[in-house]
Amino acid sequence: MTLKECYDVLGGDYENAVGRLMNDRILQKFVFKFLNDGSYDMLIRSMEAEDYKEAFRAAHTMKGVCQNLSFTVLGESSSHLTEALRAEKSEEYQELLEAVKEDYRRTVAAIQVLKAEC
Amino acid sequence: MSDKTRFGQKILIVDDSEMNRDILSEMLGKEYEIIEAENGEQAVAILQKQSVEISLVLLDIVMPVMDGYEVLAVMNSNHWIEDVPVIMISSESSPAVIDRAYELGVSDFISRPFDALIVRRRVVNTILLYAKQKKLEGLVADQIYEKEKNSSLMIAILSHIVEFRNGESGLHVLHVQNYTEIMLRRLIQITDKYNLSSDDITLISNASALHDIGKISIDDAILNKPGKLTKEEFEIMKTHSSIGASMLGELSVYQNEPLVKIAYEICRWHHERYDGRGYPDGLSGDKIPISAQVVALADVYDALTSKRVYKKAFPHETAVNMILNGECGTFNPIILECFQDVADEIERKSRSDTMDHNYERELQSVSDEMIRHEELSASERTLNLLKHERMKNNFFTAIADEIYFEYTEMPALITFSALGAKKLGIREYIMDPLQDAELMSRIGEENLKQLSGLLRNTTPKQPVIQYDCKISFNGDVQDTKVICRAVWSSDEPPRYTGAVGKFVQLGSEEMVTEILEQISFQDTLTGLMNYEYSKKLIQKVLGNRKNSKFVLAIIDVDGLDTANRKYGHAFGDNLLMHMAERVRRCIKKGDIAARAGGDEILLFVECDGDREEEIRRIFASLGEENGVFPVSVCIGAVMADLTDVTYDVLLLEAGQALCAAKKSGKGQICFYDSSMKDLMSVFTPIDERHL
Repeated sequence: MTLKECYDVLGGDYENAVGRLMNDRILQKFVFKFLNDGSYDMLIRSMEAEDYKEAFRAAHTMKGVCQNLSFTVLGESSSHLTEALRAEKSEEYQELLEAVKEDYRRTVAAIQVLKAEC
Repeated sequence: MSDKTRFGQKILIVDDSEMNRDILSEMLGKEYEIIEAENGEQAVAILQKQSVEISLVLLDIVMPVMDGYEVLAVMNSNHWIEDVPVIMISSESSPAVIDRAYELGVSDFISRPFDALIVRRRVVNTILLYAKQKKLEGLVADQIYEKEKNSSLMIAILSHIVEFRNGESGLHVLHVQNYTEIMLRRLIQITDKYNLSSDDITLISNASALHDIGKISIDDAILNKPGKLTKEEFEIMKTHSSIGASMLGELSVYQNEPLVKIAYEICRWHHERYDGRGYPDGLSGDKIPISAQVVALADVYDALTSKRVYKKAFPHETAVNMILNGECGTFNPIILECFQDVADEIERKSRSDTMDHNYERELQSVSDEMIRHEELSASERTLNLLKHERMKNNFFTAIADEIYFEYTEMPALITFSALGAKKLGIREYIMDPLQDAELMSRIGEENLKQLSGLLRNTTPKQPVIQYDCKISFNGDVQDTKVICRAVWSSDEPPRYTGAVGKFVQLGSEEMVTEILEQISFQDTLTGLMNYEYSKKLIQKVLGNRKNSKFVLAIIDVDGLDTANRKYGHAFGDNLLMHMAERVRRCIKKGDIAARAGGDEILLFVECDGDREEEIRRIFASLGEENGVFPVSVCIGAVMADLTDVTYDVLLLEAGQALCAAKKSGKGQICFYDSSMKDLMSVFTPIDERHL
């Protein structure tokens, strides 16, 4: 699997990311680093603890990281959750969180496949 | 004074996501020294310590503990924002967010996703812009510092620039500066006739800020008159160019400064016309310095496109046409050509809010610095000293096994030593400590208030206080003594600016005992046990362990008296320390080694095998050369089989064996047998000598 193919699987914009980050090698380094990024865990933990202020920050951070890596799909779902948390639309939390979880799983799975082949 | 703009630029990246910080670091490459902070509080603490060295801050908005806006607020209230440019990084792109950030003084915005080229470009631009400001500040401030004479006039000139900020003039000065620079850069591309270097361009555009200083002397009623000026009024208005020039011309001591020379040209001749019909001197063609020619055009364009008390603003296109058609005076054709070439760029610049913010602040900052010039030069002179002190302080705080803290009033920030924070189970940097719930839970609200009150009530002459209270160390409540020194400023009247201090845990009973024991069982010179303690331990072993085999030995360093006499006591002490170290290395865990007398080391070794051989092994490893002094030892030893022997008997027998060994000469070893029972023990333990 190439980095480009990994992006296709996880739903990201490879050309955009590689253009901004200047080269493939650097991009790949950060893509792998995404696996260690703590904002997802923080989001899940704070949602479970119903600490929505902290959850907002975590979702916001995750959104930012996704934008930087051009992880379009996960970026969007975390953005939706961020906005719901910001506006305190608590009736939407569960559904949006499920979407984030789903997209996160797919993203991580794709990266792990790529990493295993390296 | 502008060293920091030339060497080792430091960029502070503040973002709660490590990933985002890493991406930014990667993009900025190796040209900069990167410092990272993961929340606002850390950022403030770093700025507090090193704001003078930081060239730029990249600041995220949404962060835990303390967000980006709060950081900006602190930077504003401490005037750091005047010297340290901030680029906001955020995925928030709503106008409200951007507006608020600009109001708080950020220089630029970088939105996510980061683009390496844009990040680099904006960072370079912002640093350059501030570098230019520093250069101007430096130029003028250095002169003032070196030559105290006439400095009041220079300060007056520059402080009046601040006044120009009121209403249109402030922006006007900034625009003229921008347009002048843009046109000059174009000019040197199309002709080398004027022989201008890049430095000259910087100098001219900086000096252009002074083009209207003569207006200081024009009556406000004329200057801000809403309608058309009468002939007389216009004549008075026209004097501003020659007045400005003479203000600079009268600065006898600065005449050789390029900045002053060029500012003089610009002030005097920026209303001359290429056809010779301008004022005050009616110069024509290239008799008018190129600096004044370009500033004149920049001045006219900005006057046309800005709203004035007496007129509305013309649109860009109209203004350009009016100028090109000669409706606003005659200009050098080459300069008109430049103007036409860069008209679009000028228009973009005129609309760029960012630049305006910067330049306004730049100007404000120049003037403010001028007024506080003594403070400025003093801080520059002590910068290196401060750096050094901080390095020292950081080092000692990092290695100290103690709880230190430092508190500053502005901003209200408390910083704990790394270990202190760990022991208290608290963050290293805490903003507004008196309001901080976490800190209160450790120290107690009442205690914090008391401490704060006590510190405020100190005087510069008696700034030290002690305060006993109970403090929670990770949940373990302990009696603690807080020793602090209030910091008072040196100005009159002195202000309370903060405090430094230390927490001393008085600890629980066991802890105190443990500490006391620790101190008391060790021999201070050799680090071995002291005699008293070893005696207790050996007696304990003799009482408990009936089935083991032991050897008690006394080691005596040969000729130590001679060594002390010949080489001094320090040498003798060194020798003893050296021996102690060797003894420590060749015994097993559980064996006892103590400094038993002035020159003797006591050994109590458990041994199931051949005890004589064991002692000989130790003996062999001790008798080696030590530098200039050949070292040998005598050992007197006794086998202890623990059948009804007392410590005192064993010690006596070992002493007798030592006596036998010494009788045979240096480097001897003797094991006690009954033939020695009439010998005098040559060993007197330390504790008994003093009885």
